[in-house]
Amino acid sequence: MPKMPSMIHFCLPPSLNYSICQRQSEFQVVLLTYAIIRSMKILGIETSCDETAAAVVEDGANIMSSIVASQVDIHARYGGIVPEVASRQHLITALPVVESAMAEAKVAWQDIAVIAVTIGPGLAGSLLVGVNVAKAIALAQGLPLIGVNHLEGHIYANWLGHSQPVFPCLCLIVSGGHSDLVLMTGHGQFERLGRTRDDAAGEAFDKGARILGLGYPGGPAIEAAAKGGVPSLPLPRAWLKGSDDFSFSGLKTALLHLVQDKGLLDAPLVAEAAASFQQAIVDVLVTKTMQAAERLGVRQILLAGGVAANKTLGNYITRHSPVPVLIPPPNLCTDNAAMIAACAYYHFQSGKIDGYDIDIVASLSLG
Amino acid sequence: MTALQLISHSPEQTQRLGLHLGELAQASDVFLLTGNLGSGKTCLTQGIAWGLGIKEYAFSPSFIIVREYYGRLPLYHIDFYRLDHIEEIVDLGLEEYLYGNGVCVVEWAEKGIGVLPQENLLINLSYISHADRSLSLEPKGERYSQLLKSFSLDLETWS
Repeated sequence: MPKMPSMIHFCLPPSLNYSICQRQSEFQVVLLTYAIIRSMKILGIETSCDETAAAVVEDGANIMSSIVASQVDIHARYGGIVPEVASRQHLITALPVVESAMAEAKVAWQDIAVIAVTIGPGLAGSLLVGVNVAKAIALAQGLPLIGVNHLEGHIYANWLGHSQPVFPCLCLIVSGGHSDLVLMTGHGQFERLGRTRDDAAGEAFDKGARILGLGYPGGPAIEAAAKGGVPSLPLPRAWLKGSDDFSFSGLKTALLHLVQDKGLLDAPLVAEAAASFQQAIVDVLVTKTMQAAERLGVRQILLAGGVAANKTLGNYITRHSPVPVLIPPPNLCTDNAAMIAACAYYHFQSGKIDGYDIDIVASLSLG
Repeated sequence: MTALQLISHSPEQTQRLGLHLGELAQASDVFLLTGNLGSGKTCLTQGIAWGLGIKEYAFSPSFIIVREYYGRLPLYHIDFYRLDHIEEIVDLGLEEYLYGNGVCVVEWAEKGIGVLPQENLLINLSYISHADRSLSLEPKGERYSQLLKSFSLDLETWS
């Protein structure tokens, strides 16, 4: 297949302008471009934290492959992510994961239109591995490169599959590193309304699980333990009235003192503590999201991030929301590369292409 | 000045102490924070960030170990909470932060005290009661003795 001039590929809008097709060769380029735009396959790469992921996504929605090599077993030994261990592991797994994603999607390099990669936020050493792999592939294959904000990527997990979010929508991004409430008024249009002032929701789960001796990652561990308990212990909720910010630090401290006061916990008490702790986090997340949704008159609520996989949160927010709530399936809530490819599709549509000199931004935020 | 013992009666007071410290901070300062979960380390760091002219809440960097903020001087907010072995800390390659031109605040510094700069302001926080926390500030080196002297002189003008 002939390589097409990349500039024409970049500049053509989806509605084709045939007036530029004066020569047959140009016409062929346009046809080829049209074919690619109609069915545009993007390879996404994600290495911001402890998952090495690659995916091929067609037209920002159809997942042709999504490979995630998790390091969770390695990091569980340390009770959390160890950055240097994570980046070394990314180095080992990045290329095999990309190759698997290409093979499972049954595509060759000439089928890929864009390389998309997470540039932040995340662990600097981990992000660097993904960005350098993406740059190398893009340069070698002469493909455009799009850098994606990991948080924006999480939101775009809601576009994967058949769901069609509508604007304006309110996005609650809850993960190990973030608890952000973001108003989305269009593709790429974000306004951050609030975020955590201390611990992220996922981090609160991790710290809570450590206090209760429940292991890592904390979210699933607390959720499992909470199934056997009733949320009856008095734990505080930080409402931060007048602000859309969150705070989970006081809750964590209260749990610590509850455990210290009661001494060694038996299994029923651990279950009760886990259920109470989980309910306190869910109450705050849902109540504050509802308040913002009503104030802003949004048409939908989108959940995103690893904590969005928590069933108690999902059920509670769905029950209390006056507008439809979209929640990606659990495997798309946690870190993956399909969401990065989906997000890049919309960047491409609005002409946002990055140079090969793109760099990581470890402390990147959204809106 | 050898050491300073303070009691804070609220998170806001801890933030105010931090703010004051942030105002006095100079490039390359290293503040090491020690103390258990819930003793007010992040709270104090938020104040330090405000004192450096950073307009947002410095939130926990546990997840990414280092978070950068830019005010009058850069603030490198480092957190060893997740790390349990000194080798892991050595492997992080934090030298450019610790010996750079910004202000470094290291939470859970007790986990890496052997590999952190010898000259520093060591701040130990501990829980007294629901609202009260004790803060012990111990300077290591001339720069930090001077800093603590200015800090305590200014505190007298508070009341």
